[in-house]
Amino acid sequence: MRLEKRTETSRLALLLAPIAAIAFTLLVSALLVLWAGAPLGQTYSLLFKGGFGSVFALSETLTRAIPLILTGLAATVAFKARLFNIGAEGQLYAGALAAVAVGGLHGGTGFGLPVWLLFGLMMLAAALAGALLLLGPALLKARLGVDEVVTTLLLNFVMLLFVSAMLDGPMKDPTAMGWPQSVALLGELELSKLIEQTRIHTGLFWALGLAVALWALLKYTVLGFDIRAMGANARAAAFAGVPVTRTVVLVALLSGALAGLAGAIEVAGRTSYVTLDMSPGYGYTGIVIAMLAALNPLGVVAAAVFVAGVLVGADTMSRAVGVPTYIADVIVAASLISVLVATLMTQYRLVWGRKP
Amino acid sequence: MTELLDVLAAAPFWIAVLRIATPLILGTLGVLLCERAGVLNLGIEGIMVAGAFSGWLAVYGGAPLWLGVMVAALTGAAFGLLHAFLTVGLALSQHVAGLGITLLATSLSYYGYRVSFPKVDTPPTVTPFAPMHWLDGTGLDVLAAQTPLTLLALALVPLVAWLLYRTPAGLAIRMVGENPQAAEGQGVSVAATRTAAIVAGSALMGVAGAFLTLSAFNAFFFNMVNGRGWVCVALVVFASWRPGKALLGALLFAFFDALQLRLQTSGLINVPYQIYLMLPYLLSILALVLVARKAAYPQALMKPYRKGER
Repeated sequence: MRLEKRTETSRLALLLAPIAAIAFTLLVSALLVLWAGAPLGQTYSLLFKGGFGSVFALSETLTRAIPLILTGLAATVAFKARLFNIGAEGQLYAGALAAVAVGGLHGGTGFGLPVWLLFGLMMLAAALAGALLLLGPALLKARLGVDEVVTTLLLNFVMLLFVSAMLDGPMKDPTAMGWPQSVALLGELELSKLIEQTRIHTGLFWALGLAVALWALLKYTVLGFDIRAMGANARAAAFAGVPVTRTVVLVALLSGALAGLAGAIEVAGRTSYVTLDMSPGYGYTGIVIAMLAALNPLGVVAAAVFVAGVLVGADTMSRAVGVPTYIADVIVAASLISVLVATLMTQYRLVWGRKP
Repeated sequence: MTELLDVLAAAPFWIAVLRIATPLILGTLGVLLCERAGVLNLGIEGIMVAGAFSGWLAVYGGAPLWLGVMVAALTGAAFGLLHAFLTVGLALSQHVAGLGITLLATSLSYYGYRVSFPKVDTPPTVTPFAPMHWLDGTGLDVLAAQTPLTLLALALVPLVAWLLYRTPAGLAIRMVGENPQAAEGQGVSVAATRTAAIVAGSALMGVAGAFLTLSAFNAFFFNMVNGRGWVCVALVVFASWRPGKALLGALLFAFFDALQLRLQTSGLINVPYQIYLMLPYLLSILALVLVARKAAYPQALMKPYRKGER
């Protein structure tokens, strides 16, 4: 078995690839549903209805998609420049902590600043916190060649422990009865709701705006060109005069900032304080979303809505037919792998036998 | 200070060091085999979860303990085969494929656990491996307190070294990891060698996971691997991809991990307990930084090889 590059990709292959990927994912999850002894058709229909079937379901899905769009963008810009930032989870928590530090501590006085200024400072602090957390691994990579995958992964664990220490100590909510949660954000800083009786909030516009901004940055600016050049071939980019270290640092700041903003927007839009379980792995799921979107910022929005729908739908479905919610994670993982394979198959064909 | 010295001199401390080191030794050897053949395997974190779950489930279902270990190894090998298909057969990005495997193996294990035990408050337990009492009185007290899986891990260190440096198979593995074109020229199949190395390495990762459920503890918990797989990936770099140094690295890491546990309970230094728990992860990062200048990465690591393409 070997791969042979296709000279041209037919339209049929481009159409069939995503269909094959979806079919494979549905097949894998069908086997799991049957293992759990649940009716197949009902399970899938509940999964879909729970994610997209009503205004309420859609609002829940979009609410869940907001942090996923942002962590997906964080992974997109980093992976595009071949900076493998697997630390968005930690950067999200860093941003959330920074947001509460600016917008919630000090007995809720808010430093006596006007709300619009305090809100700006809160977002800035969150972006900066996420960016700084990634700056270390990026510099270690650029200067010493330390693999950023392992350092960013390990920093996630460090950051989560740091959050735990802060929630036990300086940022503890004294009224929370010993429950580990931070002090709440000032009420005026919270993002307003888009629809009454739902949780969907204006953070959606932040996420969509940043997706368009990142798309434009990558397509139309010099930095965007440098990022794409480095992603295509780092050595060639360096020869062509792309400032490699500077670009890596800027990409790290951008990627970390996006993940940090995800944390701040979650706090301001949904939870209003930091808890240790405020992110069920949004940082890691963001990487999957970036790959599903083939590192296209606008595709990230679509992929995030799909993944969020599966996650939300699985909650509803699980309550009704008792299939464990972990099936959502299996669906996401299986779709990642099958989309990767399907994309490759549009560029290559499998040939059986040894010699060409 | 004297209290600390007392802790270090006592046998229970060193017993803990060797126990903590065991899954790291197994996992690091697994990563080492894959990377020596030129393939990064970030699937380790999930493969350890899958090994921990499948091995434990087999024993819970009535299988003997060693059969449980075999099941864990086979589970690891199966995910290794998938990783090999993606990274060697299809030459996809090794980073992304590995993370995909971790996600898939973890979620499948958690799903399997919840399907098998829908409503349990206390995790069901098995009778784990017993300490090696037959070594009592030989003066090897620290080893006698361990289970046979630790002995297996220790025995695998010279075995993997022998395989890599003294056998044709080992030479082939090192060749495809350094210069696949040259290896192909010598008639070595890059695809077959890499696939075999990944499958064998992933089997070791599966056993590393099984140590947690069949020896260190007696049940399966969510989040029980808790970053140990990522630590192994760091330890391999620290060990310069050498089995002997991998053992040393795992023991050194376990020493500091056991030490922070003792310091935490001793109350000698008054800081939040989370600071102690951070130390192992921070130490791993520090180890990476220290060896960065002279790290001799296998030359073809993370470079997919497509026959006839440059």
